[in-house]
Amino acid sequence: MEIKAIMLDAKDNVATLTEPARQGDTVRCIGGTGETLVSGAEIPIWHKIALKPLEKGSSVIKYGESIGELTENVKKGDWVSHLNLKSVPRDYASEYVSVQ
Amino acid sequence: MQFMGYKRSEGRAGIRNHVLILPTCACGSESSRIVASQVRGAVNIVFNTGCSDVAANTAMSQKILTGFACNPNVYGVVIIGLGCETVPHKVLREKIEAMTKKPVVSFGIQEEGGTLKTIEKATRAARIMAAEAGMQQKEPCDISELLLGIECGGSDATSGIASNPAVGNLSDRLVDLGASTIMSESIEWIGGEHVLARRAATPEIHNQIIKVCEDYEKHLLAAGQDCRAGQPTPGNKDGGLSTIDEKSLGCIFKGGTRPIVEVLEQAERPTKQGAIVMDTAGYDISSVTSMVAAGCNAVIFTTGRGTPTGNAIAPVLKVTANEHTYQWMEDNMDVDLSAIIRGEMTIPESGEMLLGEMEKILNGKLTKAEAYGFSDIAVDHVCRFV
Repeated sequence: MEIKAIMLDAKDNVATLTEPARQGDTVRCIGGTGETLVSGAEIPIWHKIALKPLEKGSSVIKYGESIGELTENVKKGDWVSHLNLKSVPRDYASEYVSVQ
Repeated sequence: MQFMGYKRSEGRAGIRNHVLILPTCACGSESSRIVASQVRGAVNIVFNTGCSDVAANTAMSQKILTGFACNPNVYGVVIIGLGCETVPHKVLREKIEAMTKKPVVSFGIQEEGGTLKTIEKATRAARIMAAEAGMQQKEPCDISELLLGIECGGSDATSGIASNPAVGNLSDRLVDLGASTIMSESIEWIGGEHVLARRAATPEIHNQIIKVCEDYEKHLLAAGQDCRAGQPTPGNKDGGLSTIDEKSLGCIFKGGTRPIVEVLEQAERPTKQGAIVMDTAGYDISSVTSMVAAGCNAVIFTTGRGTPTGNAIAPVLKVTANEHTYQWMEDNMDVDLSAIIRGEMTIPESGEMLLGEMEKILNGKLTKAEAYGFSDIAVDHVCRFV
């Protein structure tokens, strides 16, 4: 069965499913690089699928921005969720700009 | 662009013409509810604070009460106090009278000799005020009189992908037409604050946006709380939002792309026209309360999971891009944006459609929460009651 997923930015390494996926389903990305892959797990609707193998500690990218770091290794097609992704503290000091 | 609204002698025009029954404190809330139920055209709020409070909490509750009274959708105000609260009804009335020329009357339950006597007098006053309000005619008002509050709640992954960008497009259209919009919920900028700050009209505003987020995190840490422990909520996680960063990067789309011209404190009135942001809680009810107190005459609210919330003073227009939620909770959802997810509608098309819906609301069409008479309120506070 072919499942659709939304890829918001070409830099993203995850896409958001618009239908629930079963293991082995073909997932076709709308937007971004438009790639197609095979789901490696049962993934709920609106949840994320990894578009490439990602190591523990690496950043997950959505909207072209980091949304957190992985707490375990993830294979291409795996489910990425709050169970294997955590937010990291902001470096506010580096974000201020000089005021003339 | 124009709408038919109620001109006020000061400030923006109203899109509604309510008589507001306003308790000074929790002890006046039940009497206020009963008076409002007796008089067509009257609305009330239930207030859970206003007494036994530290100064910072009192300042916040006073900003909410005076802000609600001054909101352009309010024709006149009937205040019901108790008599021993921190800010008695006469003092609150004088504060409001110093801010607006609209009619304001007030009563105290202890002075009047109990709730029934107070309700009788307040009902009579509200009836007279409602009759006068009914005589005020709607007039053509420029869209620049609109101050739209932009809110999200019960978010899921459809919010950041579709409904928030759609509302952001609406905000851009309104700002280009001369109206103003406020996006709030500063805790839901965290993780996307560096992206939001790029919209700042000046370097000072850029730094204000970063500082609001830094201070919010520090404030919660001082209470022993990590903001990441409560955000995202369990419902957000079930809906596919894994971290506060992911939620925030989707949330901030709802404010659009135009330059941010002002950063407001909670419930503070804007001094600029255009795209504005406000430092409020991520708790949607509290955030809407603060924006309506700042003078928003309408609110647009995106959701993924579905929410019923409404405000007594400003209509809340509920939009979702989650097809299941729209169908399952249609009695609470106003606009279905799921065509965006299906690839059948673009973001600019959805913004144009929302502008048409908003025009109807400005001209008097009731939102679903408004038709049900919903009156949610939550006043933010900094520490325990005393």
